[in-house]
Amino acid sequence: MRVKLPDGVKDQVAHIKGGIHPDYNKNTHNSEPVTMPSPKTVRLPVSMHIGTACEPIVKVRDKVGLGQVIADSTSRISSPIHATVSGTVKSIREGDVTSSGSKVQIIEIESDGEMRPYEGLKVSEIRSKEDFIKAVRDSGVVGLGGAGFPTSAKLDTPPGITIDTLVVNGAECEPYITVDDYAMNNDIEPFFIGLTNTMKWLNIDRAIIGIEDNKVEAMENLLSYIKKDPALDINKNIDVVSFKAQYPQGAEKIIIYQTTGRKVPVGKLPHDVGVLVLNVNTLLEIGIFISTGMPLLTRLITVDGSAVRTPMNVLVPIGTSIAEVLDFVGLRENPSLVIMGGPMMGVAVSSLDKTIIKQNNALLALTQKDYSLADESECIRCAHCIDHCPMHLQPTSIMKALKKDEMDKVMDLQVMACIECGCCDYVCPAKIPLVHYMRSAKTKVRELGGHK
Amino acid sequence: MASDKDIMYPENFIITSSPYLRQAKNTRMIMLDVLIALLPCVVASTIIYGTRSLLIILVAVAFAVLSEGLSRRVMKRPQTIGDLSAVVTGLILALNLPIDIPLWQVALGSVFAIVVCKQIFGGLGQNIFNPAMVTRIAMMSAFSASFMTASRPVQWILDRFPDVIAESTATSSATASATMDAMSNPTPLQHFKDGGELFANVNNIFVNVFLGAHDTLAIGETCIAAILIGGIYLLLRGVIKFYIPVSYIGTVAVLSLIYGGFDLSFVGFQMVVGGLLFAAFFMATDYATSPLTNTGKVVYGIGLGLITCFIRFWGSLPEGVSYSIIIMNILTPHIDRWTRHKAFGQREKESMDRAAAKEAKHV
Repeated sequence: MRVKLPDGVKDQVAHIKGGIHPDYNKNTHNSEPVTMPSPKTVRLPVSMHIGTACEPIVKVRDKVGLGQVIADSTSRISSPIHATVSGTVKSIREGDVTSSGSKVQIIEIESDGEMRPYEGLKVSEIRSKEDFIKAVRDSGVVGLGGAGFPTSAKLDTPPGITIDTLVVNGAECEPYITVDDYAMNNDIEPFFIGLTNTMKWLNIDRAIIGIEDNKVEAMENLLSYIKKDPALDINKNIDVVSFKAQYPQGAEKIIIYQTTGRKVPVGKLPHDVGVLVLNVNTLLEIGIFISTGMPLLTRLITVDGSAVRTPMNVLVPIGTSIAEVLDFVGLRENPSLVIMGGPMMGVAVSSLDKTIIKQNNALLALTQKDYSLADESECIRCAHCIDHCPMHLQPTSIMKALKKDEMDKVMDLQVMACIECGCCDYVCPAKIPLVHYMRSAKTKVRELGGHK
Repeated sequence: MASDKDIMYPENFIITSSPYLRQAKNTRMIMLDVLIALLPCVVASTIIYGTRSLLIILVAVAFAVLSEGLSRRVMKRPQTIGDLSAVVTGLILALNLPIDIPLWQVALGSVFAIVVCKQIFGGLGQNIFNPAMVTRIAMMSAFSASFMTASRPVQWILDRFPDVIAESTATSSATASATMDAMSNPTPLQHFKDGGELFANVNNIFVNVFLGAHDTLAIGETCIAAILIGGIYLLLRGVIKFYIPVSYIGTVAVLSLIYGGFDLSFVGFQMVVGGLLFAAFFMATDYATSPLTNTGKVVYGIGLGLITCFIRFWGSLPEGVSYSIIIMNILTPHIDRWTRHKAFGQREKESMDRAAAKEAKHV
């Protein structure tokens, strides 16, 4: 059934094959966010991004202000870490950030309860592209859709690359999560400050905000702001494009194709087709930093799942432990699975001791009725995984070739194009953990040096 | 943990990798859908041929399940009776057999289908050939006498609809082997091969669609309406896709149209005889033995249609459908290889690489 779209919203220009329709469970849609009181201690890993980990630049017992840089790196692909409470550095210890097992240093800060801003914070003066990219870096913003790639590195395109289109990712196709939706309805002004500045300083002619057609309200709100802003013109430099609510519409290559009609070649990046993709909240945080000088310190996260008493969106200081967030929200029963992020691409946490990091947009406390784990039986060749793969891969064929160790065939079947979205797992009637096999295959191909 | 002292956090959470959502639909539900789709054929065969057809079905299914259970146990593999695939195999085999077949042959056929055609290859999804089809062919050679005679409807149907027994009975004595008794009559395809006329009643729509205006060999392939209801159910439930049935039936229709000199009743005859429709919906669409991609499925269906027609029009055997499926089964892995999907953006990558190579040559 087609949704009636507000006037001025354009329809998607291309359609992908594949994808799935899981229950969206957007229980927190339109709910007023709740601000969590600042915790007694925060623990901040020196790496909350893809790329080089930062080095701590504070010592134990140092006093730090809110927003002060406490770890940094000289590497291009990196993002500084800021103190998210004011207080004293209590410890700097090695620890495990997610449940990946890789250890990084974690800086623990004991709050003085004052939330005293760091005196060095100021609004950046931006006069050039370089200034803008530096400001984005200073803001500590990483891909807030969940990827966590340092945004400054993404904006700093290699020479010879021209970006003509900024695609704003407002798809939010993962079940439960509603934080992008909230931002598009309520934090419109700072969001557009981020958007117009990105366009201006990177010299991008056109922006496209891509939204799933289940968020008509957000479309209306964006359109009414666009009408008011003299820098934006719906007929000239900005479009609001709607596409069918379906998972995984927010995957980078898919949103690019559906909003611009351009296909990113296998193994290439969006900038190779002249496109930059940024998440709604990423632009919002850039906007906040540009207008207030306040770096990324808190995240609005959706806390949901049937173990939670009341699903809600909570504004949480980065570095807060998961246990504290769940305590704040209140549980009605024991979760057996806790996920950072959505149920399709999120990461299961091994303990509630882990902390909220920059790219988290959801915390799901799930009980058995919410999830379904793999329980592998023989492949019956139903080809559902092939029909639903948005990257047009053949997961079952890749799995079988991997099991027979036919790595040439695995590479021929383009396993490196897999985005691990989980559609194949979702539809598999034999309950085969296909994404797990895709990951193993990709790791093996990389080890063989076959990554082109 | 200040507020909720009653909540105990477990020490260890489940930590597997994503995704954590999966559809409820599993292998057993798919098989159940196939069984539901076959139900109209079961009912129709019981009405048309009497309760003996239920007996055949019962024996076939029981022995299929039994041999599935036993072979899994002997091979020390996880038990798979619960996935219902053995029930499906048994039922499809039963519907492929003539009404007068001795029950011990049915039982032996079921064991052969499960043990030799399915479990030796590793079980569900691993077999190269459609178990019911290979078994039917094996049984036709081993117990050829049982397959000489078309299935004969129950008396009240014969009384009420004399049309269902073709007028061919009297004229085709040439093919009647010495072993056949006076009541025996050849299948319509055999009759046609022997140069017999098409049946006069081919245009009686009611008889055609519900009872089959012909003497069919197998009990499941008679009632066209039942087959179509089941096929449409499978299509609507997303268990099968239209590619194989449409390309298979379509190819047979087009070739019959040409071969028959644009005689529509000839085309209609070719559609409803020889188990074409039953096979197109229930056997050619077998996941394990048909290609994976949609393109592959179309290629497969066209191949089936070509072979079926070649055998029917020029071969010496009356049966085109069974052999075409077995032959296309052999080609399935190759069709899979020929019709491999290109990944999203793979064409673009290849043309970029070509352009770069051209550039490099010029410099």
